Amino acid sequence: MSTAVPHPEPDGVATRERAPHTETNPLRAAISRRDQPTPPGPVANALTFGWRALLKIKHVPEQLFDVTVSPIIFTLMFTYLFGGAIAGDVQTYLQYLLPGILVQTVLIITVYTGFTMNTDITKGVFDRFRSLPVWRPSPIVGALLGDTVRYSIASTITLGLGFLLGFRAGGGVIGVLSGVVLLLVFAFGLSWIFTALGLVMRSPNAVMGTSMMILMPLTFASNIFADPSTMPGWLQGWVGVNPVSHLVTAVRGLMDGTATFTEVSWALVAAAALTAVVAPLTMRLYRNRS
Amino acid sequence: MANMSTELAVEAHGLVKHFGSTKAVDGVDLAIPAGSVFGVLGPNGAGKTTAVRMLATLLRPDAGSATVLGHDVVRDADKVRGLIGLTGQFASVDEDLTGSENLVLIARLYGYSRPAARARAAELLHAFDLDEAADRQVKTFSGGMHRRLDLAASMVTSPRVLFLDEPTTGLDPRSRNQVWDIVRVLVDDGATVLLTTQYLEEADQLADRIAVVDHGRIIAEGTASELKASVGSGSVHLRLVDPAQRPLAQEVMGRELGVDVQTTSDTSALSARIDGARSAASLLPALLDAGVEVSELSLGQPSLDEVFLALTGRPVDDESDEEQVA
Ligand SMILES: Nc1ncnc2c1ncn2[C@@H]1O[C@H](COP(=O)(O)OP(=O)(O)O)[C@@H](O)[C@H]1O
Ligand SMILES: [Mg+2]
Repeated sequence: MSTAVPHPEPDGVATRERAPHTETNPLRAAISRRDQPTPPGPVANALTFGWRALLKIKHVPEQLFDVTVSPIIFTLMFTYLFGGAIAGDVQTYLQYLLPGILVQTVLIITVYTGFTMNTDITKGVFDRFRSLPVWRPSPIVGALLGDTVRYSIASTITLGLGFLLGFRAGGGVIGVLSGVVLLLVFAFGLSWIFTALGLVMRSPNAVMGTSMMILMPLTFASNIFADPSTMPGWLQGWVGVNPVSHLVTAVRGLMDGTATFTEVSWALVAAAALTAVVAPLTMRLYRNRS
Repeated sequence: MANMSTELAVEAHGLVKHFGSTKAVDGVDLAIPAGSVFGVLGPNGAGKTTAVRMLATLLRPDAGSATVLGHDVVRDADKVRGLIGLTGQFASVDEDLTGSENLVLIARLYGYSRPAARARAAELLHAFDLDEAADRQVKTFSGGMHRRLDLAASMVTSPRVLFLDEPTTGLDPRSRNQVWDIVRVLVDDGATVLLTTQYLEEADQLADRIAVVDHGRIIAEGTASELKASVGSGSVHLRLVDPAQRPLAQEVMGRELGVDVQTTSDTSALSARIDGARSAASLLPALLDAGVEVSELSLGQPSLDEVFLALTGRPVDDESDEEQVA
């Protein structure tokens, strides 16, 4: 406690060299004491972080390359390369494939959420955010909001190309839009997993690798590309419980105008379950990060 | 007690943080008066960053407690966050955004309206000599610009307590001087600054009081002159052309200065603590008379290494104790 004696008087420090006393000094003017603005609410905080995500898209448009080019390549490649072999003719296959490709495209983009988060952490930007008096989950929620913009761009491109190639949506505009919304809801739930990985893994690339390993069995071992009835039994078992299969079935149904309540419910339940389980875990990891 | 906590900007009692078997911070007490600069001086791995992160609410202490302007860093974390600014050891601004966007982002998070945030960003950019960098992506900034933007980002709302973790490490002398000027203006304005550094000179230039930390503990605390008094106010460094002459040079130096002469692992170097330049004046002629070939003779303040040697009896980079085993 002997070391804890405060300065006897403030003058004790006046002997040291101090900055020149000029009232016109812009530095002095800029950092002098001022009133703090009223703290904004949680929504405003989250939207500000969403704005940041949009700025990043503006400054690093390369990140949209994956979002725009990969759906085009996937759609063209699968339709023309395998369409004839899998479904007999290209048009029939496109009708089957397009909703699935849409799902795959958006789900692959969810991986970037964790990647971006981990980059923020390793660069120290997250430390700054966590030292601010903001609603705690707002950086994560804001990032997820920003991601929906990317999902929407990718969806628009994939659907546009699909219609160009001759995809016909029996469900009409409403069917297509509700299919996309269902997909966005599911993507929001799934991206919590990658956010959690982004918080625990050591480097952005490790996050990317692990996320892809999780995503591959979810997307490829599903009913996106082929009817599961032609698959071996063990694989059919997995495809049957794979939540992505349920999502694809529901999106297909909505776009085709034949969706059942059960199909859509399964996809929503999966999204809700992911959010309910992984979101609190993610927030816990976020709070306790050292 | 209530009276005391109003005078202290930062107070800590028995702060502890362990990572596995590493005792990063191992029982630290602090009492930093409001309006002063407190320097935390220590080598890499001493626990400086860990301590700062606990005080800035980023890390939960394993034991002990700390308050900032009377608010507990764990229980009233949000309150504390509204009062502090933090500039971490590694620049924490978004490299993809421009200088201006980074500051607008922070200002918006504090609750500034869009136009007010833009005006505040412009004001800070001007004050920190970053006008021409306003619309450039941060990844194109030089090290000094990066650091200044980082500091500006910590001062959007003029925090009452500012934590600066090694703010000048890796900067060129000009940028370092700019950072020092910023700290001086801040303190002139009544803010409290806790600054960590590896350089005694920096702590000497800026800090009212200095705590020397090692292995998570404070091993000495006092003003710069008190610390220097414990090691001698300056030192003389000698470098020889021929390492074989070191015993001879050591003997001459010891005789002329009347103090112990230290040898280091560098076989052609010698150094000794002295009380002022005057006592070293006769050293060079004496060495030349004795036939010692001198390649370099310099006077300087004691370095962190010398403070360390004096306080702990071992050099800074000596990791022979528990750290190696862990
Ligand atoms: N997150 C962490 N996990 C494990 N060990 C850590 C972590 N952070 C710091 N350490 C260890 O704690 C000790 C103190 O580190 P740090 O506070 O960064 O010291 P300084 O800032 O003085 O260089 C070091 O041995 C470091 O390796
Ligand atoms: Mg450090």
